Amino acid sequence: MAILIDKNSRVLVTGLTGRIGSFHAEEMRAYGTNVVGGVTPGKGGTTHNGLPVFNTVKGAVAETGADLAICFVPPPFAADAIMEAADGGIRTCVCIADGIPTQDMIRVKRYMRRYKSERRMRLIGPNCAGIITPGQGFAGLMPPHIYLPGRIGIVGRSGTLGYEAASQMKARGIGVSSSIGIGGDPINGSSFRDILELFENDPDTDAVVMVGEIGGPQEAEAAEYIRDHMTKPVAAYIAGLSAPKGRRMGHAGAIVSAFGESAQEKVEILKDCGVAIVPNPSAIGETVENMVA
Amino acid sequence: MDIHEYQAKELLKRFGVNVPRGGIAYSPEQAVYRSHELSGGKCVVKAQIHSGARGKAGGVRICSSDDEIADAAAWMLGRKLVTHQTGPAGKLVSRLYIEEATDIAQEIYLAFVMDRTEERVVVVASAQGGMEIEDISTDEPDSIIRSVVDPAVGMQAFQAREIAFQLGLDPALIAQATKTITGCYRLMEDMDASMVEVNPLVVTGAGEIVALDAKVSFDDNALFRRPEISEFRDKSQEDPRETYAEDRGLSYIGLEGEIGCIVNGAGLAMATLDMIKMAGGEPANFLDVGGGASPERVLMSFKAVLNDPNVEAILVNIFAGINRCDWIAEGVVRAVRELNLTMPLVVRLSGTNVEEGRALINESGLDIITADTLAEAADKVVGAWKTGRNQNGGAV
Repeated sequence: MAILIDKNSRVLVTGLTGRIGSFHAEEMRAYGTNVVGGVTPGKGGTTHNGLPVFNTVKGAVAETGADLAICFVPPPFAADAIMEAADGGIRTCVCIADGIPTQDMIRVKRYMRRYKSERRMRLIGPNCAGIITPGQGFAGLMPPHIYLPGRIGIVGRSGTLGYEAASQMKARGIGVSSSIGIGGDPINGSSFRDILELFENDPDTDAVVMVGEIGGPQEAEAAEYIRDHMTKPVAAYIAGLSAPKGRRMGHAGAIVSAFGESAQEKVEILKDCGVAIVPNPSAIGETVENMVA
Repeated sequence: MDIHEYQAKELLKRFGVNVPRGGIAYSPEQAVYRSHELSGGKCVVKAQIHSGARGKAGGVRICSSDDEIADAAAWMLGRKLVTHQTGPAGKLVSRLYIEEATDIAQEIYLAFVMDRTEERVVVVASAQGGMEIEDISTDEPDSIIRSVVDPAVGMQAFQAREIAFQLGLDPALIAQATKTITGCYRLMEDMDASMVEVNPLVVTGAGEIVALDAKVSFDDNALFRRPEISEFRDKSQEDPRETYAEDRGLSYIGLEGEIGCIVNGAGLAMATLDMIKMAGGEPANFLDVGGGASPERVLMSFKAVLNDPNVEAILVNIFAGINRCDWIAEGVVRAVRELNLTMPLVVRLSGTNVEEGRALINESGLDIITADTLAEAADKVVGAWKTGRNQNGGAV
């Protein structure tokens, strides 16, 4: 099935009736994604573009059997929406919101631990472009036509840089099994390591491209995982070689504040762990082609 | 968002942390008057800028007479202090904090940070106060005490007590230290701070625990619910190019080079800067126009980039997902016309409605260089910038 989403995923859109949620829900459906309904408190019982709307996630899950939620709720209310999805029985939740307070995310992650691992929701994002399995479905903001179906996994923080990777691969006839945006926030639901583990265990993925950036410990943590546990080849590009120390480069998490967080240091760590380094952002397609050749 | 030392102390005081008595001054006369309002004895004149290491730059002076205070104040006010945290341009001193001198018996380092590995607030303390944490971790790594706070219940008194005992404080001071440490944590949590650093926290000769210096930063993403913190913002401490962009909702960071950049998405923007550097140029800025950029927003981005007098060429790099290339192109054409842009401009469009976007650029009849890939765009903008410099007799 590739990972996290396929044609059988039953997708619930929280914030469905808002301008942004409504627009992207239609894009997702046009691509063939199995969108089963939406949640907007107070509008339960109505329909929106032919989809049933529910007041609560619990109600929506009971009626539709939804297992994947995509959250278009604005940042001040997003943490609440994620916790509702976690409590409502959703398996995977993709959160798009850019600008959730860090303390809210700390609480979200603490809250999610109250569920046993078998029933614990997997959170993707926030501040991400979403997830796609080309030819099957997507939950996010991406232009899906730039992804060719195939056998290479993509995991990255940035949305548009992930598009860049997919389109460079498409130009060389290389397809994607699934592409996962983990988001640009300092505290996020799933790390590079979490997603690499899914790709390692996915029979439909042969190799992985990782698109990281400055700031935080997750690229280094992923490097160790790749060295110790991965059998599939991995290529990596790290953005921000020219970023000054101590400055936040757009993403809330893209700031060098400790040892090992600069792009140069991350590249060195990844290289030492046997990862194929993409020398510049225009060479992603070429590096992947050489890696799987 | 950063705030000044005196503002940080005002907040700490509100949460039960002792701070030395002091007052703000905007002139040498006010500085002298403030010192008389305090004990009238020894005092410290402290330049208020958004940076640590002010002492080394001359921004902290202990004074024992009115003349010394007036001299120190006159030297600091209106001066740009340069520290390793300010960048080469330095930060302007426009206000001073006059504080009564403290009799220091012991110095402690105490900080509260958002730890990205723990994904929680972590308390960092060391009995080696007064030094910077980078130096403590290099020179005295064993002195560092760490404690992780469970967000479900917040910091507990026992955790603060443990830290106090590990710091080797006198048993008579433990209750006071516990109140100080939990007070700092409550400031962190209640005010959505992203960092609280008290360095040094001192024990005075009289056995009092006092925050002698304090640095507090706030989570920009939480300011929507902290209007009282927004009031602390001091625009004189910001890069004016960044203030202009931020006030218009653009994500912009000023850099030192000559090639202005307009990109959508933070990751792609960082990658674009990297690519310019590899092509032999230096980027002037980081700018993310954001998703769903209208022609007006693109025009605004051009204005933000051109606010920087060092900009000699511009690169627009858009990979449209939620964006539409035709909207971007419309904004680019409007910007070139309305701003009478004459410097080299390279535009690379990709993604949604790319054909329409390219057609708009080509049909405009304007002198806009187009590129298909990121590498080509970077090469072309650096090439055009160098050519332009040669024509103008500038050295490259």
